[in-house]
Amino acid sequence: MSSQKESTVRTLTVALLVCLVCSIFVAGAAVALRPTQQENRLLDKQRSILAIAGLGEAGMSGNQVKQLFNERIVARLVDLETGKFSDEFDAGTFDPLVAAKDPALSKALPGDQDIASIKRRERYSTVYIVEGQGEGEIDTLILPVRGYGLWSTLYGFMAVKGDLDTVAGFGFYQHGETPGLGGEVDNPKWRGMWPGKQLFDDDGKLAVQIVKGGVDPQSPRADHQVDALAGATLTSNGVNHLLHFWLGENGFGPFIANLRAGEA
Amino acid sequence: MSQPTVKEVLFNPIFNNNPIGLQILGICSALAVTSNLNTALVMSVALTLVTGFSNLFISMIRSQIPNSIRMIVQMVIIASLVILVDQVLKAYAFSLSKQLSVFVGLIITNCIVMGRAEAFAMQNPPLLSFFDGIGNGLGYSAMLIALGIIRELTGAGKLMGYTILPTVNDGGWYLPNGMMLLPPSAFFLIGLFIWGIRSWKKEQIEKPSFKMAPQVSSKEAY
Repeated sequence: MSSQKESTVRTLTVALLVCLVCSIFVAGAAVALRPTQQENRLLDKQRSILAIAGLGEAGMSGNQVKQLFNERIVARLVDLETGKFSDEFDAGTFDPLVAAKDPALSKALPGDQDIASIKRRERYSTVYIVEGQGEGEIDTLILPVRGYGLWSTLYGFMAVKGDLDTVAGFGFYQHGETPGLGGEVDNPKWRGMWPGKQLFDDDGKLAVQIVKGGVDPQSPRADHQVDALAGATLTSNGVNHLLHFWLGENGFGPFIANLRAGEA
Repeated sequence: MSQPTVKEVLFNPIFNNNPIGLQILGICSALAVTSNLNTALVMSVALTLVTGFSNLFISMIRSQIPNSIRMIVQMVIIASLVILVDQVLKAYAFSLSKQLSVFVGLIITNCIVMGRAEAFAMQNPPLLSFFDGIGNGLGYSAMLIALGIIRELTGAGKLMGYTILPTVNDGGWYLPNGMMLLPPSAFFLIGLFIWGIRSWKKEQIEKPSFKMAPQVSSKEAY
């Protein structure tokens, strides 16, 4: 009995059968659950875009989120090289994060430019626009940002008002920072300090900054400054860097300049 | 050896033979996912189910598994179950699965699952093995939930996201202890728990593996 159980043929048969049965289960689950998972991921992103743009309220059901998103928000593709809108791909289905891994659609960043530590930057990115009353008028512009904090890449959105200077909202939808320390980037109180801040100074230079030790309200630069997170210097630095990258010349800087000049 | 009863295999692991407290298994995830109660609960349920069902399936085919590949067969079954759990979580509890991130996948390497498969399911009938898996899962869960409650309450002043102790940051009086949110705090807490359990149940205290010899010469005393 035991010698028969240990024979090579027997061993191979058992191994094959076990693998076959298990793979059927795993593949079945993956295929059957994929639509629900993709919907979740999309919904999660839409929910955070709405929250950062200041639309809707917390605790909206999935359908409400979808409806509000489709009503109010338009996705547009931006060519980061030229800083202009582009119709190269369908903005609804194009995924900049996938594109950032594709050598044909992205470029590697040299170390001195890569202040947000993202290694590669996609050529096309998707921005989200809340349209104003007039034709082509922008009420809120929502830009995707990402960069490395302490442990993880933070993925988020920066929403600016129609003047392309005043922050409407800022927040992250995915990160792996330490809960309670760097994870406080999700704290509503900290996020609440952002709206109303000015990204650029009077000369049009990028001025937004995260400062340690609290913002001095008397300072002339107080409009550009936000308190750093307590106990999370590296996450705060990361957020500062990623803002400077994405709002700077390698990010959406040229696009914002073109928008201002009416040439996007 | 007499056959253990269902009641024994189900409840012994909670205090008498706790997988974390006595066997010191599964520490990694116990440190990682207990910074709040929500993730600790989901992780507990996930691990309990995986341990239970992997024990069940392995026990069902235990007489067919050739000895030379038994561990790899166990791993295949465990890994399949974990992927299943991960997929279900992604589909139906998306925000929680985002918080648990890699740790659901790491149930595969959790020593409790493999340990029970090898130590119990390979020798015992399916139903009993199933309950043994569930029991050990419960023991792990008890520890995780206790850790989750203490860490979230003292570290963030909350339980399951609801504020219990209003923190200074939100205008309350409680100054949260940030260390409790970091993984090492779970180490200290587990240490204290083990101390507690062993003071209560003296039979868990192991014999010291070596003893200091008495001083033999008067020279050594100085």
